[in-house]
Amino acid sequence: MSFLTLEKVSKSFGTNTVVKEFNLGVRKGEFVSFLGPSGCGKTTVLRMVAGFETPTAGAITIDGQDVTRLPANKRRIGMVFQAYALFPNMNVYDNVAFGLKISGMDKSAIDRRVKDMLDMIALGHLADRYPYQMSGGQQQRVALARALAPQPQVLLLDEPLSALDAKIRVSLREDIRNIQRELGITTVFVTHDQEEALSISDRVIVMNKGRADQIGTPAEIYNRPKTRFVAEFVGTLNMFEARVTDASTNRLSLAGRDIAVPSTNGAALTNGETITLALRPEALFMQEQQAGDIALEGRVQHFGFHGSIIRAKVAVNDQTICVDMFNQANFTMPNVGENIRLYFSPADALVLAA
Amino acid sequence: MKRFPAVSTLIVIVAALYFLVPLYATFDFSLRMERGVLSFAAYRDVFQSDTFIATLTFSAIASLVAIVLGALIIVPTAYWVRLKLPKVRPLVEFLTLLPLIIPPVVLVFGYMRIYGNDSFLPLTTTDPGTNVLLVIGYTILSLPYMFRAVDNGMAAIDIATLTEAAESLGASRMRTIRTVIFPNVRSAIMSGAFLTFSISLGEFVMASLLNRPAFGPYLVQMGQDYAYQPAALAIMAFGVTWASMALMQLFATRKPGQRLFPRIPSFTPRSVKP
Ligand SMILES: Nc1ncnc2c1ncn2[C@@H]1O[C@H](COP(=O)(O)OP(=O)(O)OP(=O)(O)O)[C@@H](O)[C@H]1O
Ligand SMILES: [Mg+2]
Repeated sequence: MSFLTLEKVSKSFGTNTVVKEFNLGVRKGEFVSFLGPSGCGKTTVLRMVAGFETPTAGAITIDGQDVTRLPANKRRIGMVFQAYALFPNMNVYDNVAFGLKISGMDKSAIDRRVKDMLDMIALGHLADRYPYQMSGGQQQRVALARALAPQPQVLLLDEPLSALDAKIRVSLREDIRNIQRELGITTVFVTHDQEEALSISDRVIVMNKGRADQIGTPAEIYNRPKTRFVAEFVGTLNMFEARVTDASTNRLSLAGRDIAVPSTNGAALTNGETITLALRPEALFMQEQQAGDIALEGRVQHFGFHGSIIRAKVAVNDQTICVDMFNQANFTMPNVGENIRLYFSPADALVLAA
Repeated sequence: MKRFPAVSTLIVIVAALYFLVPLYATFDFSLRMERGVLSFAAYRDVFQSDTFIATLTFSAIASLVAIVLGALIIVPTAYWVRLKLPKVRPLVEFLTLLPLIIPPVVLVFGYMRIYGNDSFLPLTTTDPGTNVLLVIGYTILSLPYMFRAVDNGMAAIDIATLTEAAESLGASRMRTIRTVIFPNVRSAIMSGAFLTFSISLGEFVMASLLNRPAFGPYLVQMGQDYAYQPAALAIMAFGVTWASMALMQLFATRKPGQRLFPRIPSFTPRSVKP
């Protein structure tokens, strides 16, 4: 039973339909992320859950209650914005206490709750500071505490880390995830950063043009992308054209080599059809890993050393292939221009419907 | 080597003289009421006049009420227009500028026709009623200054997102305006208020046509009947205007949580919640 559900939710601005029959069920305590390119409707869906926009069609329920037409201030939703949106006229304490005062809590209970929240975000010592006296990361933590203080049913975060620098972004996303786990609060997180979405979510919803293209765990999204869009948007992919030689046994022909793929990823093959076979950079190796690996001939174009990984560009036929390897001390790197072989296992090849 | 800006310096000097020489002359004149000595006799005389105190008090109260009324009208209006009706903002801006275009005389004659003897609401027949009309007139005079100041103040904060943040925390619209929007445009309201105050304190046309015992008509009357006292009054009015401007500046640049005046350290209380 889902705690937060969206059923066939659509939203149009004038004639422009930006969210189309969006379905989603989020379990209680689950952390889900909306991932997608700019303008795909992530914010719009989130704002409909928050009550800032009304769906053109469809229904939203929270804990069994239909909230589709409920005003935002009655929904018990915590919201964290990209630009923090702390009240500039209030100090940290009063910002966090704002929702509690509205709920009519008595003074001493508010005081206890605010102190707890500030301890949770480790900013108890800044209670008297005003927003303009704090860094972006500190402000966003206060915004999180403010949103969580009145114990909302659902926490919504719209690209909360986009305005912060890379280091803070990583540490704060872990903080958010830990706090979320501790409180067990149902959370929807919006981002266009795939690494962010994959690393902290229970499930990821990849959005494309107002629809959910795929909903799944980070591993499913990355390893078994259902659509070409998901495959291309999440991570890097090398794509090859392959011809179906025997649809009944999933046999394909790739650059003259015969490959039998264990799974077609749900796509129905027909004999003679040309399909796309995709490989992640880390699925390609310079040594054979096991019997049955497929070999491709190539010429090294570029070697990039990134510490723990080495990223190579290899020309195969008339295509440039991206290869990621773990750095190993005893590994001798081939020179640029040298001819090498790349191996991959058919099990790692993704069939993408054309 | 920096070029000596001869022309600009000259312009500044000429402009300053143009401004300061009459001021100095008036000041000097205001000190010469007693023959042969420089004294503040004219000022003393003014302050001892009951009419001075009475008219000044009357005008100050009328201005303050007008300011409060103006703020109560303008803040929700500017807020609503920015939040929900951004397309009509130019229209609202134009409307608030009308008092600068239409002379106050027109306004007052309009009042007298609409609220005169034989109207459905004969405000001009009683003193309190006429006072109400004067305050409303001052409120209208304040609109251009109030609206621009408040609208600029709202442009400086992201009112849409702040409103949404407040709403998601359970606040109603009224509460959002009262606890989030109002305090954040307070310094803007203050600057509009000081401008309004300095204008309506010495306002003549409306007060005189409505026959109110206000400071403006008193100033004019003094100017006709006396020599030295009006000069003293002019200097004082000038002082009040500049004090208003200075206070406006002070409020406009103040950050939340900052005191208007520095605290004495030994008296610092523990908590600094405003
Ligand atoms: N109030 C509105 N009126 C008209 N069109 C809107 C409105 N809000 C959003 N849109 C349109 O809806 C589409 C989706 O916008 P949305 O903000 O949901 O995208 P997003 O996925 O959050 O993008 P980003 O990553 O850039 O934040 C965009 O094309 C946008 O122009
Ligand atoms: Mg967005």
